[in-house]
Amino acid sequence: MTTGSTVLFDAPGPVTRRRHLLYSGLFLLAFAGILAWVFVRLNDAGQLEAEIFEKLFQENILSAILDGLANTLKAAVLAIVLAVLLGFLLATGRLSERAYVRWPATAVIEFFRAVPLLLLIIFIFAMLGGRGLETQARGLMALVGGLMLYNGAVLAEVFRAGVNAVPKGQAEAAYAIGMRKTQVLMIIQMPQAIRYMLPAIISQCVVALKDTSLGFAAAYLELLRQGRLIAEYVGNNLWTYVMIALIYIVLNSIVSTIATMLEKRLRTSGAGKAVEATEEAVPQG
Amino acid sequence: MDVLLENWRPILQAFGVTVEMMLAAGLIAMLVGSLLAAMRVSPIPLARAFGTGYVWTVRNTPLLVIMVLFAFGLPEIEVRPELNLNSWLGLETSHRLLNFNVFFIFATAALGLYTAAFVCEALRSGINSVHLGQAEAARAVGMTFTQTLRHIVLPQAFRAVIAPLASVLIAMTKNTSVAVGVGVTEATFMMRKLTNDNATALIAIFLGFALGYMVLVAIISAIANFLERKVKVA
Repeated sequence: MTTGSTVLFDAPGPVTRRRHLLYSGLFLLAFAGILAWVFVRLNDAGQLEAEIFEKLFQENILSAILDGLANTLKAAVLAIVLAVLLGFLLATGRLSERAYVRWPATAVIEFFRAVPLLLLIIFIFAMLGGRGLETQARGLMALVGGLMLYNGAVLAEVFRAGVNAVPKGQAEAAYAIGMRKTQVLMIIQMPQAIRYMLPAIISQCVVALKDTSLGFAAAYLELLRQGRLIAEYVGNNLWTYVMIALIYIVLNSIVSTIATMLEKRLRTSGAGKAVEATEEAVPQG
Repeated sequence: MDVLLENWRPILQAFGVTVEMMLAAGLIAMLVGSLLAAMRVSPIPLARAFGTGYVWTVRNTPLLVIMVLFAFGLPEIEVRPELNLNSWLGLETSHRLLNFNVFFIFATAALGLYTAAFVCEALRSGINSVHLGQAEAARAVGMTFTQTLRHIVLPQAFRAVIAPLASVLIAMTKNTSVAVGVGVTEATFMMRKLTNDNATALIAIFLGFALGYMVLVAIISAIANFLERKVKVA
């Protein structure tokens, strides 16, 4: 073990090892106690009847889940693509040398980073009212619009940090051979910055994927909203939502693992320090 | 603009619920988060595994899913906490802000337990940021794990941790809005209600509520800045 935490204590001797074993035993006992309590509680409430699970694992439920999953992924992909485009636009705006471009871009970035995402989604949903839109289309537009504005603002800051992380000499050399500002940004700085930014962008994808669950509040039939329909149909909230949660965990774990692997690869390939998402690491929703 | 001025009372009350959620969930998050961070750096392998597992699970679950699972799932196994401080305090006139229903309690608990994972990570990175030599020196003079942590590492980690902890709490403040999904009558709930009733003043309503949230966020930033200046080593 070479982690920093091991320096906090010595390599345990025989007595300490026995003590740790005791603590581990107590910990396990407490954990088992909680599990047993949950089990008794579930049993008493009749939540462990085989009938519930027979209902939950029907074929039409599976297809309902797949529908919800498809809607979730549709919203997530649309939102991420649009957010990357918007983020790029806002970042170029904020990096501009002209104040009348820089200030509005800064204001937009700061505003959408500060406003709660769900407030934004509900607002857009209300704005889209009375235009004869079908509910699902309206919900999708509100969800994707909100996600695009919020994640776009967050990604703009990631892009800016990435460009600033490229060594100054690169831009200076490019100016010296007569490139213009736009050329320097597009040909020299951005391609290098992407390397620094990729892990942060992918972890933002996980955040966006999680946040699609807020479509629930805009009546968009994504996985969670679909889960509510399933819960009503099956007549069991507890296990339906446990199942929905497990699907989210598996889905996000896959994307998170890809992000971590990529980050490790970038670190070892000598790309220097990756841009860290700070506040962005704490997802909304 | 008129809509906001006419309804200032219910709006303020809704933000009151938001602030209550912030305080209660923040307290839960700090307590559970500290406990998890202690587990993750402790010498007991099982506790370490539990801490790691908790953080991984929470990071990959949407907050709204946890809230919905708590608020709609747990009542099915007869868990229905309610807290009415009005009758508890023996008040004559009952006040809405002192009556906490099931949805408020479950939403707050979900938000607190969710944020705890991020508090844990902020604290752990703070502990890791303390120079190795500090802990080594403490070990060398014979301090135990608890002593090292309490007298040497944590006081220094506290400094490094204020800024990331503040961003976690700011994100949590914004996340109180998610509780509208399980029917808590907080600020976002009130905004949805007002936008449903006043289709002509949507932008004014939105900007008004956005401003309200920004004020709450600004308060946290101000406290964090104050603390940071106070513990700064020249």
